Amino acid sequence: MPTYRPGPVSLILAVLVALFLLMPLLAVIPVSLTPSRMLTMPTGELSLRHYRSLIEDPRWLDSILLSLRIGIVSSILSTALALTFSLGVWMFQPRFTAALVGFVLLPMVVPPVVSAVTLYFLLTSVSGLTSFFGYDTWLGVAMAHSVMTVPFATVLILVSLSQLDRRIDLAARGLGATVWERATRVIMPNIKFGIVTAALLSFVLSWEEIGVTLFITSVNAITLPRLMWMGLRDNIDPAIAALSVILILITVLVLAVRSVVTRQRAAKV
Amino acid sequence: MRGILSDRVGAALLMAPLLLFLILAYAWPFLGVVKWSFTLPTPGLGQYHALLTDDLVQSVFIRTLRIAAIVTVVSVTAAYAITVVWVRGSPVQRVLAEFCILVPFWISVLTRAFGWVALLSNRGLINTWLQSIGFISEPLTLVRNEFGVVVGMSHFLIPFAVFPLASAMRSLDERVLLAARGLGSSRMRTFWTVFVPMTRSGIIGSALITFVFSLGFFVTPAILGGGRSVMIAELIYLRIFQSPDWGLGAAISVVLVVFVGALMALLFRYVKPKELV
Repeated sequence: MPTYRPGPVSLILAVLVALFLLMPLLAVIPVSLTPSRMLTMPTGELSLRHYRSLIEDPRWLDSILLSLRIGIVSSILSTALALTFSLGVWMFQPRFTAALVGFVLLPMVVPPVVSAVTLYFLLTSVSGLTSFFGYDTWLGVAMAHSVMTVPFATVLILVSLSQLDRRIDLAARGLGATVWERATRVIMPNIKFGIVTAALLSFVLSWEEIGVTLFITSVNAITLPRLMWMGLRDNIDPAIAALSVILILITVLVLAVRSVVTRQRAAKV
Repeated sequence: MRGILSDRVGAALLMAPLLLFLILAYAWPFLGVVKWSFTLPTPGLGQYHALLTDDLVQSVFIRTLRIAAIVTVVSVTAAYAITVVWVRGSPVQRVLAEFCILVPFWISVLTRAFGWVALLSNRGLINTWLQSIGFISEPLTLVRNEFGVVVGMSHFLIPFAVFPLASAMRSLDERVLLAARGLGSSRMRTFWTVFVPMTRSGIIGSALITFVFSLGFFVTPAILGGGRSVMIAELIYLRIFQSPDWGLGAAISVVLVVFVGALMALLFRYVKPKELV
């Protein structure tokens, strides 16, 4: 059977776009190996000093640990909130579902800078009440990140629920299972993959969040992207290049593993 | 009766935590921002009046619209080129195209902006290379201007522009294309008169998404514009943190939300949400 395939002109254009997309990711590799303290191309000898400084400089290590902590806490919070909400939508199909889901998705569609101003307002308002939760605290950042990631988690869980066969829930209900049992013993085991994906995505989005973080931190809660930002604005520190190379390698690795896993799952079915 | 009641209670209990969380942490403070725009520094419509008359604010709005328009055209065109191969290419071409789309998509906006700094800055890859082959004697200014901003933003938005296009290209009936070719139409003519018109909804969706995203863009313009090509989002940041003028920053935010809301309403008149993924 013949198929419609792109011609040579299409292929050439696509290769140009592909080069454009990969170029900046490749460009950081030589820069990360420069022996100089400034952002330059290495001329002749290469050095790993910028990779070393990521481990030896306490500022980098502190912010990596802080970002991990914020990412884990905000991912747990947003996955839990998204999961209970989605279960409510799917099990009971209440009226106004569309409007409620639309409301939940707002932080995803509102321009991030407006969400940032909003969360800045919130955290500066509650700063006076407590010292550990508010502007420039790690708990405040974790909560703000949850606001930003919860729509993505909700979408992922709702999508995996929509692929679930309603009859298994009806059977459980008919056999006398309570709401709690239906949720935890029947539905959740069947959407495990969606829940894990939602938690991972929430973590990744929090780990790399910068737009909102810039507005709600100043000197204490310096997350990794925040530290990168400071290094990018002033004198550009080549340690950022070393860090970028590591982050890019992790991304490529995770995507490769994911594509193998999805292929295996598809093969099983 | 008991069944109906417990259903309602169950739904309410399950949905309440997230709804309460977003009302307290998002809806309520947003109203606070709206209040700022009407009350700081003095109550009234002063901030909105300033928006209409302040030359700086006006020029930033116009620059933002201009950059967003250019970025939209560049991103949708580039996305179209690579999506054709991702959707219609041979199996190997598809895997390669998917790799080139998804790897940048998953890498953080900061890393990607930094990659462009490494390429385009005065001592970056491109200038070093051009000077070493003797093509230029003085480095070209490629960042800290609008060129750098457009390049960086387009790079960020191409993967987002791909998804609606891919959805449109996957759903079209391939037999129409084969029929056109079979009836003697050239590759070019089939592409422009059959293929492109059939992906119209994807093009509209992709363009509106790119445009809406570019309007509120903060990180890339701030890094690659170097404080010279300030866009709306950066202006809000400057108004709140540098010149503390919270009222004006809040007023610009409100205008931005209204504008984006209107564009989204327009989007959903032409495209169903399902066609975007």
